[in-house]
Amino acid sequence: MADEPKLKPALRDDQHLLELEPLTPKEHSEELTPAGRVSRRTFLSGLGAAGLVVGANPLAMAAAQTSTSAATAAPAALAAVTINGKSYDLAGLEPRVTLLDFLRERIYLTGTKKGCDHGQCGACTVHVNGRRVNSCLTLAVMTAGKEVTTIEGLGQPGNLHTMQAAFIEHDGYQCGYCTSGQIMSAVALLKEPIGPTDEDVKHAMAGNICRCGAYPNIVAAVQQVRGLAAVSS
Amino acid sequence: MQNFTYEQPSTIDKAVATGGRFIAGGTTLVDLMKLGVEQPPALVDVTALPLDQVEAIDDGPMKGGLRIGAMVRNSDLANHPEVVKSYPVLSQALLSGASPQLRNMATTGGNLLQRTRCAYFRDLTSGACNKRDPGSGCAAMEGHHRTMAILGTSEHCIATHPSDMCVAMTALEAVIHVQGAKGERTIAIGEFYKLPGVTPNIENALESGELITHVELPPAIGTGQVYLKLRDRASYEFALASAAVVARVENGHIRSVRVAMGGVGTRPWRSHPAEAVLTGRLANAANFQAAAEAALKGAKPHQENAFKVELAKRCVTRALKMATA
Repeated sequence: MADEPKLKPALRDDQHLLELEPLTPKEHSEELTPAGRVSRRTFLSGLGAAGLVVGANPLAMAAAQTSTSAATAAPAALAAVTINGKSYDLAGLEPRVTLLDFLRERIYLTGTKKGCDHGQCGACTVHVNGRRVNSCLTLAVMTAGKEVTTIEGLGQPGNLHTMQAAFIEHDGYQCGYCTSGQIMSAVALLKEPIGPTDEDVKHAMAGNICRCGAYPNIVAAVQQVRGLAAVSS
Repeated sequence: MQNFTYEQPSTIDKAVATGGRFIAGGTTLVDLMKLGVEQPPALVDVTALPLDQVEAIDDGPMKGGLRIGAMVRNSDLANHPEVVKSYPVLSQALLSGASPQLRNMATTGGNLLQRTRCAYFRDLTSGACNKRDPGSGCAAMEGHHRTMAILGTSEHCIATHPSDMCVAMTALEAVIHVQGAKGERTIAIGEFYKLPGVTPNIENALESGELITHVELPPAIGTGQVYLKLRDRASYEFALASAAVVARVENGHIRSVRVAMGGVGTRPWRSHPAEAVLTGRLANAANFQAAAEAALKGAKPHQENAFKVELAKRCVTRALKMATA
C-alpha cells in the first residue's frame, strides 16, 4: 500500500533545522526497516493479531476485512488522502475507520498515539490542511482530498523540527506518551491568533493532557520557539 | 462502532434528499457512535456543501447583521473580525468551549445540535435514560447529578444543555435557517430547543431530514457584551454555570438588555424575567442582584447540584456588572 517512508524527508519552508545531537538514531532506524525484517514495532503490531492467526500479515487481514464491507466507499475522484506528502488510497475503506486507526493500524504510522479515543486528551492530535484536529474523532474517509501531517512528517532524528528540538532541550515530557500530540498542537498554535504570555500558551495547549505533569517545561519549549519565530520574522 | 454507509453529496438538495444522518465536525456524533449511543445506518457528510461563509447582511429585516454558514468552524467564527468586533459575546463563548483541536473541527450547525454530557445518557450500561431510551426512566435523579440542570427540568429528564455558543446565540436572538424535503424555513433560537417534558428524546424543532444551512444574527442591541463561564477547571471543561449578557447602557441606565444562561438549563436558558427587572433601571449592584434572583426563581435543584442556584446568581450578577461597566 504505502511506499517505505524516507529516513530524512526534506523540510518544508516553514520548518527549521536546528543543529542538535541526534536522538539515538541507531535504535530509531530499526523501526524503519524494509518489509521482511522484524523490528520491535512490527513485532508488537503482529502480536495483536496473533490470537486469531499466528503469523498472519496484518495488512492482508485489514484488506480481507474491508472487502467484506457493504458500505459505500468514498467517491472515487477524491478517494485518496495525502499523508506527510504521500498519497494513500481510501477506496474500499470501511467508513467507520477513524483517521487515528488508519494511521496506526493500516499504514503503521504509530507516532500518533491513542489516549482516550474520545477527543478528551489530545494524544492523537494531527494536522489536517494545516490545522490541528483530534484524529480519533475524524473519520478517515472524510479526509479524502486533504493533506494530513503527523509527527513523522514533522521531522526525524537528526533532522528535527524546531519544536521537537525545543521539547528535548526543555525536557517537555516524562513518559512521552502525550508528546507527539503536544508537539503537533504546539506547532499548529504558531500560526494561530493567540496572545504572547505563558497564560495564553497554557490556554492554547489546553486540549493536550499530560498525566506526568510536564506542563511548565512544555510551555517553556513553546515560548522558546515562539520567540525564535518572532525574531526571525 | 456499528458500520454505516457513507456519502458526501455536493449540493444541499442532494443532501436533504438522502434521508441519512448528517455529519459535519463529528465531535459529538463520532464520540457517541463509539459509545453505541448513536447507531446511524447512513452518514451524509455535509462538509463539502457551500455553507462555510460568514457574510454581512445588507438588506431585509436583519440588515446590518451577520449570516453564518452552518459549516463555519467554531475557531473560524470565534476569530472572524466582524464577530470579534460586533459580537464579542459570541467570540468569548466559542473560545471558552472545548479545546483548540475540537474548535477546529466543530461547526456552527453541529454545535446547535450538541448533545448532553449526562453520564447516564452517554453510558449504555449505567442505567435508565429517557433521552436515549424513551420510557426507561432517569438514572440521574437518584444518581450522580452534580452537573445536571436546575431549570427547565421535568420528572423525566434533568440533563444539562452543554453548549456555550448556543447561550451566546440565544442572547443575540439568532435565527436558524433550515432546509428539508418541504423546502426552507426559519426558526428563532428561542423556539428551537424543546423542554424535556415527557419526551426528553425530542430536543429541538427540526423535522426529520431537515438540515441547518445557516444562522442569522440581527445587529446586536448593545456593545456591552460578556460571556462569563464558571467551571471546575480553567479550560477544556463544561460550564457549571455561565451567563451571556448583551446590554446597552445610557447615562447609567440600562436601556436594553438580553440575559441567557448556560450550564443550568435543559436548554440554553433565556431569562426574560431578569431582563424585565433590569430594563430602564440603573445599572447598579442592587438591580443586578434582583435580576439574578428573578433569573433563578423556580429553579429545582437536586441534592448534589443545589450549589448551582447560588453559583448561577453570582455568575449573572458578575456578568451584568462586567457588561455594563
